[in-house]
Amino acid sequence: MSEARELYQKLLAGDRRAAAKLISMVEDGEEGAREALEALHKHSGRAHIVGLTGSPGSGKSTLACRLAQEYRTRGKSVGIVCVDPTSPFTGGALLGDRVRMQELSGDPEVFIRSMGSRGALGGLAVAINDVINILDAFGKDYIIVETVGAGQVEIEVVKYAHTCIVVTMPGAGDEIQAIKAGILEIGDVFVVNKADRDGAMHTLADLEMMVETKPGGVQAWKPPVVATVALEGEGVDLLAGEIARHYDFLKESGTLTKKIVGRMKAEVLAILSLQVSEAAGRALEDGGEASALVDRMVERELDPHGAAEELAKELDL
Amino acid sequence: MAQKVRVFLCKPGLDGHDRGVLIVGQALRDAGMEVIYSGLKQTPEHLVEAAIQEDVDVLGLSILSGAHMALIPRITDLLAEREAQDIIVLAGGVIPAADAEVLIRDHGVARVFGPGTDTRDIVTYINERLGI
Repeated sequence: MSEARELYQKLLAGDRRAAAKLISMVEDGEEGAREALEALHKHSGRAHIVGLTGSPGSGKSTLACRLAQEYRTRGKSVGIVCVDPTSPFTGGALLGDRVRMQELSGDPEVFIRSMGSRGALGGLAVAINDVINILDAFGKDYIIVETVGAGQVEIEVVKYAHTCIVVTMPGAGDEIQAIKAGILEIGDVFVVNKADRDGAMHTLADLEMMVETKPGGVQAWKPPVVATVALEGEGVDLLAGEIARHYDFLKESGTLTKKIVGRMKAEVLAILSLQVSEAAGRALEDGGEASALVDRMVERELDPHGAAEELAKELDL
Repeated sequence: MAQKVRVFLCKPGLDGHDRGVLIVGQALRDAGMEVIYSGLKQTPEHLVEAAIQEDVDVLGLSILSGAHMALIPRITDLLAEREAQDIIVLAGGVIPAADAEVLIRDHGVARVFGPGTDTRDIVTYINERLGI
């Protein structure tokens, strides 16, 4: 029996170590994982995927922990994927999200996985999606994906979650200004965490104002703004309620199907772009089958667009 | 993509000193490894469950409280129970040489890195053990 086959059979039987090993295979980009992912696909599609993003220090990890605890009291199982940046210089990473999730670590129904962004050629998006699918097939009711949301890839991933939560906090200066560009559009629920601090009312009012003026019409979902103090667990039940209300809205309005379709497309595109850029990268390397194109570009005989066109033909795209 | 070394650095038991373990964490990170940190005051049960979920190659235990002879055998027993003895267990902190010998001989600890260790030695040791 192949390693992957053994792992996914154990995983489907509830073996946490098998799930963890499979996630490593996916992260390391091992070919063998394909077989397992293919077999697991038909077992996935049941989890409610919740994306959690916001600036560093806004309390995402603590909030993820409290949210998971809330779901556990409701008898639901939870998977948490925490993505932290990998150093582009050394390839190393310090993954510290577990420090904020200590209350969860003894619970076998909560599976927490820390991921370094690693970041070679769009591999991260593929890896995160695969990890989500593995935890989904593993039977987790909720999967929380937590990222700083600093890079395009991270934004893409939370964007294609069923429910996307954007976390901010009071007193972060131009925080709201920063949120305006890009993140406001993807938030289904906004959270002002550390709401016991000075200026919380102001931040809440600002956010509510922006949500009010968000285009979309009467039928559209109006993102609620929730105040929380994650450290004390305050407001977390309200947040869980809003997340559930959003999921109900998705189902009743037919938007859920649209979200799922969008997610599927994004997954295929991520895999394909990774494959294409890897193949193209190899072809362009010194001694690669298309390295002559680069030489012609250096000699100014060929422009980059022309080279891309020829390379696409060469790779038979 | 190559296999990335994953290390779980832990503070088992009632010990609030983490300067040392954090310095080791930085050194391993700078050597290109993925370092997961547990935070303070963890039980052996929690640490072993986390090590399994994170699928780490190395478990680094930092103990300065004197409770190493109680905590470390408990941790390695739990790893054996979960059939996870392939995880390399390293220890550090204040562990007398006589105890270190027992931990290595009888309790599945691979190496004890005491005070004054050059962090590069830890990096070299891990890479050699993993054949990198």
